[in-house]
Amino acid sequence: MTVDDSWYLLLSALLFTIGSLGVLTRRNSIVVFMCVELMLNAVNLTFVTFSSVLDDIAGQVVVFFVLVVAAAEVVVGLGIIVAILRRRPNATADDVSLLRG
Amino acid sequence: MIVETVVFAVAAVVILVGAVGVVAARNPVHSALMLVMTLFGVAVLFVAQGAHFLAAVQVIVYAGAIVVLFLFVIMLLGVDTAENLGTEPLAGQRPATSVFAVLSVSLLALLGVRAVQVSTGARSVTASLEDGRSNVEVLAEALFTDYVFAFEVTSVLLVIAVVGAVVMARRPRREPADDEAAAAEAPPAGAGSEAA
Repeated sequence: MTVDDSWYLLLSALLFTIGSLGVLTRRNSIVVFMCVELMLNAVNLTFVTFSSVLDDIAGQVVVFFVLVVAAAEVVVGLGIIVAILRRRPNATADDVSLLRG
Repeated sequence: MIVETVVFAVAAVVILVGAVGVVAARNPVHSALMLVMTLFGVAVLFVAQGAHFLAAVQVIVYAGAIVVLFLFVIMLLGVDTAENLGTEPLAGQRPATSVFAVLSVSLLALLGVRAVQVSTGARSVTASLEDGRSNVEVLAEALFTDYVFAFEVTSVLLVIAVVGAVVMARRPRREPADDEAAAAEAPPAGAGSEAA
């Protein structure tokens, strides 16, 4: 592989950080979910990179399971958002703060 | 080959622009479209690394199903009024997150690069990628032999997720009252009628 594997890992680190910045700063909960997807994709990229570094299929198997878990997570999360929006006008993170203490 | 370098550079730019767009777009619909762009870029890098099956699944499941689900919910609930990103609800949040960003990138990049350099793990423990068979064959064999238990548990997880989504998104039998006091009373009554 002519492109050094470190470049893939650097790109993955950047992608993960952008996603976590979105989770920390955005208040629209749907956008927060999308940023979680960005972080999952960064991790998937790392797994595939190490799969090719170590010449082992196991990394790609893990990515397959991550995809399934991500799909399940989005289904349940959007269900929760729909349930919240049925009771109150919007679902930003500031509106759902009853347990804040 | 210069081609691989060019492919990586273009895909990296697409991924990063898309990721920044997801975080920075004021309209959630624009965020979803930028997310599609990022996912396609990651799929291209999967192809570049020989993970052909995962690239296909990435496009079909992520771009085809998950983002459509996002867009469906956004459109179903009405496009939120564009969030005002200029205001800062928590004092000092933006500076703190920028410090976090620098630390996070440097730590993760250092960790990854160092792991590649010093990795002494055994190669090709599960199955080699380069034994003449296609990527799909190797992946399928690993999935249905070594990882078959995890695969079956995954199906249970999906059933649980479907049931959970139905339970939460289902319209309750009694319409919830508007004020908080009546809303607090409503769940026991609804639960009682369901049990009966």
